[in-house]
Order: sequence, then C-alpha cells, then structure tokens
Amino acid sequence: MDISRRDLFTIGGKLLVLASVGATLEQITGAAPPSESYKMAEHWWGMIIDIDACIGCGNCVRACSKENGVPKGYFRTWVERYEIEEGEQPHVESPNGAIDGFPPATRTDLKSFFVPKLCNHCADSPCVQVCPVGATFVSPDGVVLVDETYCLGCRYCVQACPYGCRYLHPDKDTVDKCTLCYHRITQGLTTACCENCPTGARMLVDFKNPQDPVHEILRNNKVQVLKPYMATGAKVYYKDLDGSVR
Amino acid sequence: MIPGVDGFMYPNEVELQWSLLIVLYPYITGLVAGAFILASLERVFRVEAVRPTYRLALLTALSFMLVAPLPLQLHLGHPERSLEMYLTPHRSSAMAMFGFVYLWYLMVVLLLEIWLEYRADIVRLAQSTTGITRLIYKALTLGSENVSTASRVIDDKVGYTVTVIGIPSAFLLHGYVGFIFGSIKANPWWSTPLMPIVFLFSAMTSGIAAVLLLYMATTKVKKVTLDMRCLDTIAKYLFYTFVIDFTLEMLDLIHRTYEADESFRSLDFMVHTRLWFSQVVLQIGMGTLIPLALLAANQLWTFAEAKRRVMYVTACCLTLVGIFAMRWNVVIGGQLFSKSFLGYTTYKVAFVTREGLIPAIGLMLLPFVIFVVLVKLLPPLGESEAHPSA
Repeated sequence: MDISRRDLFTIGGKLLVLASVGATLEQITGAAPPSESYKMAEHWWGMIIDIDACIGCGNCVRACSKENGVPKGYFRTWVERYEIEEGEQPHVESPNGAIDGFPPATRTDLKSFFVPKLCNHCADSPCVQVCPVGATFVSPDGVVLVDETYCLGCRYCVQACPYGCRYLHPDKDTVDKCTLCYHRITQGLTTACCENCPTGARMLVDFKNPQDPVHEILRNNKVQVLKPYMATGAKVYYKDLDGSVR
Repeated sequence: MIPGVDGFMYPNEVELQWSLLIVLYPYITGLVAGAFILASLERVFRVEAVRPTYRLALLTALSFMLVAPLPLQLHLGHPERSLEMYLTPHRSSAMAMFGFVYLWYLMVVLLLEIWLEYRADIVRLAQSTTGITRLIYKALTLGSENVSTASRVIDDKVGYTVTVIGIPSAFLLHGYVGFIFGSIKANPWWSTPLMPIVFLFSAMTSGIAAVLLLYMATTKVKKVTLDMRCLDTIAKYLFYTFVIDFTLEMLDLIHRTYEADESFRSLDFMVHTRLWFSQVVLQIGMGTLIPLALLAANQLWTFAEAKRRVMYVTACCLTLVGIFAMRWNVVIGGQLFSKSFLGYTTYKVAFVTREGLIPAIGLMLLPFVIFVVLVKLLPPLGESEAHPSA
C-alpha cells in the first residue's frame, strides 16, 4: 500500500490527538489510564436497561456509590418505583435513591415496575452545550464527563440536564455525575452497576462494535429513551418502557 | 418522606442549585439596563423633560453595573476559576458570553459615556479643588484637559454615538440575561422565547422606577428644587413600559394556560401553592396592579403636586418589589418543581452563609454606597455645560 506524505501526516496527527485526549482523560478521571489496546475512536458507549428484568434490589446504586465514592445524599444512579392506578397520576418513589432497595409494596393491584436511572450520555447533550468553559464534554467514545480541575461550579449544566443526573459535589464544589465507570470500561471491564445487577437488567453496550448484542436488541425489541422530545440524543435505551415514565 | 418535598423529585433535585444570589443577578442587571435606557431618552430621543435625571441615570447604571458580577462570583463553587470564562470561553454556552457582554457594556458604553458627559466638569474641578480631591479629578481627566467649544462639540458627538450604540447594548445586556434562562429546554418554567423580551421590559420598568426614586431622594438630600415636569414625564414612561411588560407577562401566562402542555398541571399547582404569595400577591397584585393603577390614574386625572409625589413614590417602591418578586419567581420558582412533573421541593434562604440573606442584603446595599460616592465625586444635578449643540 502506498502511503503519501500527506497521509502520513494525517494519520500521525490523528494518533497524536487521540493520545493527548487519552492523557487528558486520565488526568481528569484520576483513574488508571486506558489499557494500551483501548482505542477511543473504536467505541461509542451506551446502555440498555430492561425494565421487566429490574427487581429494585438497589445493588446497582450501592455498587456505584462504593466504586465511585459518591457523596451521601447524592446519586450517579438511582432506581425509581412506579405504581400506577388506571387513569391516575403515577405514584413514584425512590427512597434514598433506592440504595437500600424498596419497602414492600402496600398494594398489589397496581401496575408497578422499577426504572433504573443514570446519565444518558447524550450525543447532543444540553449540559455540554451550556457549560461556560467546556469543563463538561463528550469524550471521543461517547461518554459525557466533567473535568473537575476546570469546572467553575456555576451549575448551569445541572439546570440544563432534563433528567436530574447532576449535582454539586459537596466537598469538591464542582459538578459530579455518572462517568459510565470510565476508569473500568477503558480497561475492558463493565460498569459497577452492570456488574452487580443480579438480573442483567443493565447492560453496557458499544454501538460501534458490530458484535455487540445491542444491535440485535435494538432490532428485535421495542425500545425507548427517556424524554425523547428533548432531542438530546440519549444513549441509554429502555426496553419495554411505560409511557408514564419521566 | 424527605422534609420539604411533596410528591416525587429526582433525588438530585431536592436541593436548589441557584440561590437568592442568582435572583439578585438579573435584578441588578435589569436596573442597569433600565436606568441607561431612561438616560438615552434625553440624549438620543431628545425628551428634554427628563434632562435633570440624565446624569443621575448614568450614575445609577454604573453603581449597579459595578456590583452586577459579584452575586455570580460569590455563587460559583470555584470563583478563582471565573477568569477562564474570558480566557477559554465555550462558544456554545449562553453563559460564557456574560463576561464579554458585561465588559462591552461597562467599558465601551457606560464608562465612556459618563466620562464624555463629565469631562468638562472634571477638568474644571481639577482646577478648582485642592489636595487629594484635585489628584483624583486630575487622574479622571485622563490627560485630556482641552475644554474648548470645539472639543466639547466633539465630546457631544462621540457621546451621542456611544448612547446610540448603548441602547442596543442595554437591550443585549438584559435580553441576554433572559436568554440564559429562556434557552433551557429542560425547564418549562423558563423555556420560552418570550423570556428575553419579558426580562428586557421588566428591566426597563425597574430601572426607570429606581431612577425616579433616586432623583427624588437626591433632590431632597441636596435641597434642590424637584422638577415636577421631569417627574411626571418619567412616571408617564414608566407607565407605558409597565403596560408593555405586564402585557407580555400576561401573554406568557395565557399562552401557557391555553396550551396546557404536560408541564401545566405541575406549574399551575406551584403558582397556587408555593408561589402564591410571591407571584400572585407580591408580583401581580402589589407589585404590578397597584403601581399600574396609581400611574394610570395620573394619566387620566390631575392631582395636586404633593399627592402626585406620594403616588409616584408608592408606585415606584411597589414596582421595585414587584420586579424583585418576578426575578424570584423565575429563578427560585423554576427549581421548586421536579422535571418529572411529579413533585415539589422548598427553598429556605440561609442566613449568614456565602449565598445567604446577609451577603444578599450587603450586595443590594453596595450599589447605593457606590452611588453616594459617585454623586459626591460627579455632581449630577448641577448646571451642566454638556451638549453645547443640543
């Protein structure tokens, strides 16, 4: 194969950019660097959540909290329980984010299901759009991250997120959120929440991987994202999501 | 049950992120924009009747402008990083433009116009005073001591141009603040294209009311005769602006009610409960309908001078309260309901914390301190030699 000087510069430039982004992300996430075989440009991360499989045990919330040192009272992920009586507004609860699961339901004659929530790692993320200094950004592999060494703590992104996924870290005074366990997925592992889900209700997926089961799931199931009318390009897809879920 | 929460809030929503200080930010910038637009009435639109308040309006705008960034600065988790907004602004962010809009307005419009307006007086004062005062005035001349008629004509022409640029700049300043809120699609209480224009007219209303009150106070303190024709004219413009402002706000309300989208039930509940006092009683009742009635009465009937003064003072004080309530209802109200539309939280103002009541009161008093200093330094009510060509 002939490689021209122009091609050489182009490839070299791209590698340089990827290497520097990798180094920056390592610095930002404060975690182990991505494994050498990890190439950001080859991934586009998201998640599939199977509503019918979730049992509301709260394992995911506890695992996330431990893995990421989430401050008490704040949540990178949480689980909601919906209880709906026909023709009525849904009754929703998430006691302490469901970190300890849920108390038994008081009524059994209602439509009831659990909805795990986390950052939707939107492709057209409103939080990224509004950040005045670009401290919030989408990584080349599709994960919305916050550079805590750069964040002003203005909280405009918290207001802009339609899903309530962001909070101001009480000790750092910078905005904090789900990183999709970036320090794990770049090492070839799955997220803490997915790993600890006993029913496989959460599944980390890579849209750029042709072998990933996500393609079959999207092809064969009725899936929906939260608040699709917000047009945020959310990448957390819910299987069998009820229309009442907000 | 979480204390202060009714229904369901997303867990991270319970705590409000934008506090009382963020209420002050649009309130203060609104006063700046409104005061400046009143000043431009005389300079650009040649409304001679309001001339006694021209300089006063500029000094009012400057006093509040200098304080405008402070609530934001105090609110930031990392105020030491705020300079990054200038150095590495994120171009897609509405907020990133604040620094540039602010600097443009402060440096290019306000300071320049005030300096040109006062230049001749500053030169005269630099020659007639002694000691430190003389040094201050000398410095304020910026080395430009030529006060010949020809140079004054140039001052006037440049000043006029600056004011002409200043009017859209004032619109930009406050329309932009409205856009910061109006462009958040995640929040239906904020997300409306009317927001910048509602902010703009409410800014004009509050700024005009503030200048009218400051004019009356300054004449009283300085024992200068109050120009009733000026007062009546300002009150007339306040009335017109207020009518437009109220019409726009009602249009927004009617539109929301008629459209009744999925957020309506939640917002309607909020207005009837948590925002009842601040929105219905303070903003609409006391802060809008009463001052509008007082101002309208003066357009329909002629009252004795003393009565008019009392009516104007009452109307302006209530207007300022009403516009503050409007800012409160936008900023705080927009965070009291869940984006799930299934619940509501509460906001309790802290007292002595960084974003508490005491710093907020301090920040609201600071512009008045600056105003007193500015009035002392740059007398606004004396015979001006400005506008030789006017």
